[in-house]
Amino acid sequence: MVDAEGGLSLTIARVVQRLRGSSLHSQLERQARVSPGPAPALSTGFFYFTGWEKKLQNAVYSELNVFPSPCHPAAPPEHMKEPLAYMRKAQGSWEKRILKSLNSMCTELNIPLAQKRPASEQKELLNKWNEMGTDEPDLSLFRPVYAPKDFLEVLMNLRNPNYENGEQPSFRNHLGLIQVPLKVKDIPELKEDFSELGLNIGQLGIDDSAQVPPEFFENEHVRVGQKVLAEQDSAAAQQYVRQGCPTALRAELWALILNISNQPEDILYYEQLKSNVIQHNLLVDSLIYKDVKLTASNDDYYFVFEDYLYQVLLCFSRDTSVLEHFAYSSATPPKSYIRGKGELQKSFCFVGVIPFHGFSMYVAPLCFLYHEPSKLYQMFREMYVRFFFRLHSISSHPSGIVSLCLLFETLLQTHLPQLFYHLREIGAQPLRISFKWMVRAFSGYLATDQLLLLWDRILGYNSLEILAVLAAAVFAFRAVNLMEVTSLAAAEAVLADLSTLKVVPLLQIFLFATVT
Amino acid sequence: PWLARWQRSSGAGIPSRRDALRRDRSALPELPSCRRAAPGWERRTGEEPWDFHWCDVGWLHEHFDHASLPEHVRLCHFRNHYELTRKNYLVKNLKRFRKQLEREAGKLEATKCDFFPKTFEMPLEYHLFVEEFHKNPGTTWIMKPVGRSQGKGIFLFRKLKDIIEWGKVRTTLSPSGEWPTGIFDLFCLPGPDGLSTDDQKDETQVEVYVAQRYIENPYLIGGRKFDLRVYVLVTSYIPLKAWLYRGGFARFSKTRFTLNTIDDHYVHLTNVAVQKTAPDYDPEKGCKWMIQQLRQYLTAKHGAEAVEILFADMDNIFIKSLQSVQKVMISDKHCFELYGYDILIDQDLKPWLIEVNASPSLIASSQEDYELKCHLLKDTLHIVDMEGRLSGKEKRVGGFDLIWSDGPVSREGNLANAFVTGCHNDRKKQLKQLFRSLRAQQKAEC
Repeated sequence: MVDAEGGLSLTIARVVQRLRGSSLHSQLERQARVSPGPAPALSTGFFYFTGWEKKLQNAVYSELNVFPSPCHPAAPPEHMKEPLAYMRKAQGSWEKRILKSLNSMCTELNIPLAQKRPASEQKELLNKWNEMGTDEPDLSLFRPVYAPKDFLEVLMNLRNPNYENGEQPSFRNHLGLIQVPLKVKDIPELKEDFSELGLNIGQLGIDDSAQVPPEFFENEHVRVGQKVLAEQDSAAAQQYVRQGCPTALRAELWALILNISNQPEDILYYEQLKSNVIQHNLLVDSLIYKDVKLTASNDDYYFVFEDYLYQVLLCFSRDTSVLEHFAYSSATPPKSYIRGKGELQKSFCFVGVIPFHGFSMYVAPLCFLYHEPSKLYQMFREMYVRFFFRLHSISSHPSGIVSLCLLFETLLQTHLPQLFYHLREIGAQPLRISFKWMVRAFSGYLATDQLLLLWDRILGYNSLEILAVLAAAVFAFRAVNLMEVTSLAAAEAVLADLSTLKVVPLLQIFLFATVT
Repeated sequence: PWLARWQRSSGAGIPSRRDALRRDRSALPELPSCRRAAPGWERRTGEEPWDFHWCDVGWLHEHFDHASLPEHVRLCHFRNHYELTRKNYLVKNLKRFRKQLEREAGKLEATKCDFFPKTFEMPLEYHLFVEEFHKNPGTTWIMKPVGRSQGKGIFLFRKLKDIIEWGKVRTTLSPSGEWPTGIFDLFCLPGPDGLSTDDQKDETQVEVYVAQRYIENPYLIGGRKFDLRVYVLVTSYIPLKAWLYRGGFARFSKTRFTLNTIDDHYVHLTNVAVQKTAPDYDPEKGCKWMIQQLRQYLTAKHGAEAVEILFADMDNIFIKSLQSVQKVMISDKHCFELYGYDILIDQDLKPWLIEVNASPSLIASSQEDYELKCHLLKDTLHIVDMEGRLSGKEKRVGGFDLIWSDGPVSREGNLANAFVTGCHNDRKKQLKQLFRSLRAQQKAEC
């Protein structure tokens, strides 16, 4: 274990190094040069009066949130990705499988992974950039590389080779699908972590309903939100959204928390990505098209945003800055090359987030908040590299999908044992139903306003554990009906429609009003 | 139990078994939920006596004047509903009302009536139209037949000669082999032998159209144009009593909006009926948003205040339009009417009235839509209140909010004024509470 002081200096060094190359740094330099008079000493006074202190603070806060604390200085870099060897191995073999599937699709369809577009096609695409949804390419031969349930099968087979559980499955053991001994929180710990969801604290999603006079909570909460925005303080914003964001302030608050400011260089970067899309055609593009057509376009509310989804996802698959997140993700990006004339020319490295069935649903809810393409893009990218990537890679992180599944199953088994046992007996393991909700962060399952209230809390607590808690809360809510079903199909039917659920009361009841 | 109450109060001696719901076979063939919407009622057909008739306007015009109806029966249309629902009468009434308002209350008050795009009746006001047309060359106009619905017969134009071209297609050469020259001729319906003669120039053979300034900057979401369908229930005109339904929806055009192709009906007309015939229409995909969703989207983008102003402006449209026909409407206590208002929002968040439908479509395009229309009907029946359960002082029944009762309606709580469109619709809960308290009241009175 590194001692506290050593750990702190490591952290500071890392943060400084990362900020050194960032756009904030160049802005600061520019500002310092532009200021009149002799070059001012970059003292704290200078920062405070020019407002840069806040920006710097926000940037540092952002870095701390995203990167895990460094472990022992002698630890190899893989450990930042994933400390447990068996997890790394499992992720590695899963990736090989996906890549193999992708490559075989290429050979089958005789399409390269990446190729340059002919000039006429480039021009056409540029003209159609804002309405790519009108394109009806023949996607019948493409199929999603994998679906959430395929991934679940892999997770079910995860085993820690150092852990031998020779006993027969019994109530003292874990009866669920996930059989790895990761530490997950119990309700008392969750109550502490999510204390702002407590019964005595005002919440949006409950205390802003039509029956409650706005003087009780809503008006004040909105006022505080406006103040937080005026102060431009990321940390304060993150604390604030734990009680929910007012609809009118949400877009700005989320941008503040994720430290997205849409500077000219960001817009330029997006335009650069757009030109990459125009110039090169990736196989992954067709997979993206297919996914959007299958999921978001068929959704009653997100169909309107179809064009935005293409604009975001096509750029995303070419964005090399996303590669950075692989430093702390257990996943590793596959590489691809543009086929040159006759020989392999390593002129392009594609990013390698291979979309699975439903991937576009990560973007769709953001279209409600952001309308300017480059800002929408940045928000999605940041959400992905902070949160969503954990939902489809194998790791031991507490917000990783493996831990979320285990948390869900443990909560259910501990607090609703009768229900859990009953469902297991009829062949309807609860995780089989709730897995898809968690992988998609409930996007497409909840009503949009409820989904946004849920994602408020993800940002506020910087953790995805709330997804597992909500999944358990949904089962608890429909327990009576579930106890009566006798098959997996019937259980699926009871839980098929979540669009009427109110997220915040469910969470509150489950965490704070259930006898433990 | 409610049957007994009804019988007692009416005293008209009509046996309880005859509580009858009559529905013309021709009207509403798409509404199997009628019986579901009205439990405890029996269907009647033909000449059997009935208490409630959901009729179509054809039946109304045929029978209403001749029949003398018992006091308690209810019909779902006013005799001269067309004052509001036919486009040329509506524009006439609105213009007249605006003048009156300007005289009585001043110019500022009269501007509250500026929610209707400039419209001219054709062929009657053709010359006025041409004058206006020349004032703003290059703008787009839309030509709509007054008597048809579902987007039929509508076309867009930018040049006067487009009208001539269109007219030529409809009419035929005169016996002497020349194209008709009078503007009336363009609007004549061809006679049975295909020739338009002088005899056919009387009013009944001319199909009336309106030419309206086309709104070129509609509010777009995802690059698509949409309009709003909102339901307003009027139970009487004198005094004016109107209810607004909280559910309502935005209908999206399937393709992206552009002014380049004014021939493309599918882009410009958002009626579901027209969209259904578009080549890439997928019936599984209802291209609708509930109004609550729209309200949230707009609030996230423009802030709560701007959206409240928008919805308040919409309420203003409903009330002013009803007031404009108040004096000409034949108010009959047998009648009530459920109107479907079509509203278009422009990029400045100003709502425009496109038209008012007396027989709004009750066909459902999705499960959610089906439920909305069922609830809409159920709540309409609650308000019409043939069972005599309501006290008359209610400001809210199910999903309907009273927005005008011979004057503006005050509201408690955090819903000041009337802009409740798009608010959460907890109608089941509200109905339960309402009827529970009414029963309690009545028990107390017995």
